[in-house]
Amino acid sequence: MKNRVVKVDYLARVEGESALHVRIRDRKVADVKLKVFEPPRLFEAFLRGRRFHEAPDITARICGICPVAYQMSSCHAMEDAFGVTVGGPLRELRRLLYCGEWIESHVLHVYLLHAPDFLGYEDAIQMARKHGSAVLRGLKLKKVGNDIVTLLGGREIHPINVRVGGFYRVPTKKELRALIEPLKWARDAALETVEWTGGLKFPDFEQDYEFVALRHPDEYPFNEGRVVSNKGLDIAIREFENYIAEQQVAHSTALHAVVRGRGNYHVGPLARYNLNYDKLTPSAKAAARKAGIGPVCRNPFQSIIVRAVETLYACEEALRIIESYEMPDQPAVPIEPRAGIGYGCTEAPRGILYHRYRLDPTGQILDARIVPPTAQNQATIESDLRQFIPKRLNLPQDKLTWQCEQAIRNYDPCISCSCHFLKLHIERE
Amino acid sequence: MAATRKPKLAVWKFASCDGCQLSLLDCEDELLAVAGAVEIANFPEASRAVVKGPYDISLVEGSITTPHDAERIHQVRRASGILITIGACATAGGIQALRNFRNIKELVPMVYPTPAYIETLNKSTPIADHVFVDFELRGCPISKHQLVETLCALLNGRKPNTPTYSVCLECKRRGIVCVMVAHGTPCLGPVTQAGCGAICPAYQRGCYGCFGPKETPNTAALSALWGQLGARDGDIMRAFRSFNAYAEPFRRESEAHEK
Repeated sequence: MKNRVVKVDYLARVEGESALHVRIRDRKVADVKLKVFEPPRLFEAFLRGRRFHEAPDITARICGICPVAYQMSSCHAMEDAFGVTVGGPLRELRRLLYCGEWIESHVLHVYLLHAPDFLGYEDAIQMARKHGSAVLRGLKLKKVGNDIVTLLGGREIHPINVRVGGFYRVPTKKELRALIEPLKWARDAALETVEWTGGLKFPDFEQDYEFVALRHPDEYPFNEGRVVSNKGLDIAIREFENYIAEQQVAHSTALHAVVRGRGNYHVGPLARYNLNYDKLTPSAKAAARKAGIGPVCRNPFQSIIVRAVETLYACEEALRIIESYEMPDQPAVPIEPRAGIGYGCTEAPRGILYHRYRLDPTGQILDARIVPPTAQNQATIESDLRQFIPKRLNLPQDKLTWQCEQAIRNYDPCISCSCHFLKLHIERE
Repeated sequence: MAATRKPKLAVWKFASCDGCQLSLLDCEDELLAVAGAVEIANFPEASRAVVKGPYDISLVEGSITTPHDAERIHQVRRASGILITIGACATAGGIQALRNFRNIKELVPMVYPTPAYIETLNKSTPIADHVFVDFELRGCPISKHQLVETLCALLNGRKPNTPTYSVCLECKRRGIVCVMVAHGTPCLGPVTQAGCGAICPAYQRGCYGCFGPKETPNTAALSALWGQLGARDGDIMRAFRSFNAYAEPFRRESEAHEK
């Protein structure tokens, strides 16, 4: 078996349509391609001519899994352009909304998409036969995340209550307090989730990544901060495009994001964790330690533990926000459009999501640029596979294929997001 | 559907955001019950296992935007007993149907550095433009209650109860004060199909039409009222031209206000 081909024609348990093609020649990995055949939807193009206030609702439709991230990045970009700062309870409510999305998205991935790989099941429904209580815990925990998004956003997918400047309607104290009991349960369930994921078996696969995430002086990052890395990057959000480039590489027709002069990088829970460990709550740190990871974690398979740790953090942060909430006088800060360029970058569950808009004096969008997290991770996913496969060439084909899929799912890739600028590559072998 | 085996359910994706099929996974309380009542035979977002067709029920998400997908939808139709389209992309072409009002050759270079590589159709079209559709669920995203209701109805051999009247009826039934009459907030509720539960008015915001046109909508009368509230032609055009832009009544109304 000197020459082999590993093919996954339709990668399952990810959001969107992609395929994997690996060619092995003389027991060496000759080629790795993560192909995206998700149809292009041209969001940046049809945003031109729309009004600034439409961007949160339109860009949310890029991704049904993380619409809040799109709404947050677009709102912050518009507010940046108009010189508006959203503070106080409105800022806290935005963090709360993001907590809901992290819980819902992370728990979906941990229990329904990723754990079945570790335990040898095709899906969570099959897994439920032997691990019924874990799957039920996952579903109930995911629901608490969705309940936060629904209360604050109106519905869990494509929330309707987010606007540039704040919200259309803010909840009363009493409405928010209804979430306290479910969140206390969720906090315990998240702790159990950290322990549960810590008990999974992980391949020995440490990589020397350049992790890129937001970093904020006072808090674990959601909406604001500087873009930093463990290899010296430390820039304001508006400098993003000066330091991050999208390149076309020889072996693939998809665009890959790289740090200029250095190469591919890693965004998402693992990057956030490594760069912001000191900002986690004491209990989240303790849970991580007990589950077997310290302040530095370079094994992408252990991202499942980190997602659980971030879920625990999000439950605690949500409780903190709700318990100290005072209803603001106005649901939104008034907005006066003006000409300019606005930049926004927030931490989607899968990693940083960058938006940039150029606006005319009336607030009409002249052009837009969106860089989603999965696009940024794509080169790193491929480089992981190049490292991962050589030591596993003796595995039978079906096992090797499954393990490659698992290595991709480490990134919780959201192909629907990445598609709107990746080259369309239809090739269904 | 033989009584001895569970009906096979398949989920298919075309151009979309994945949100509507996620609605199935968001049925946290019902998911395992649904999985107990049907055999989930093809649902890549949730499982790597694929059971061969034909499938008793197919849920189709997304619109047709590429030559390849225009072929693939026929394969899906042939393999399916009952084909249900889910969401605004599948039922109306989705937000990506905004391309239908512009020249695709001008749009692609705005996003892609090498436009020649992009194989895409001039228009984003609903599934029903290509194959026969047995039933459609509206919404951007769909309502998971309507999804569960539809699956239950089919499993029990009855017609799904999904109303085609306007959002106004739901709004009144919830006892929400009309945002248009009381606050002068432009609202698409009078011409938009019910199903969401009148979420936007409940949050003091006008409906933005994500469930598409109701049965026999009077869009012109609503536009006139919007005009009295201060909306300009451009505002009205953009309001009708969003997630269901290519649904016939909304398309006509947006074109009537295009300069």
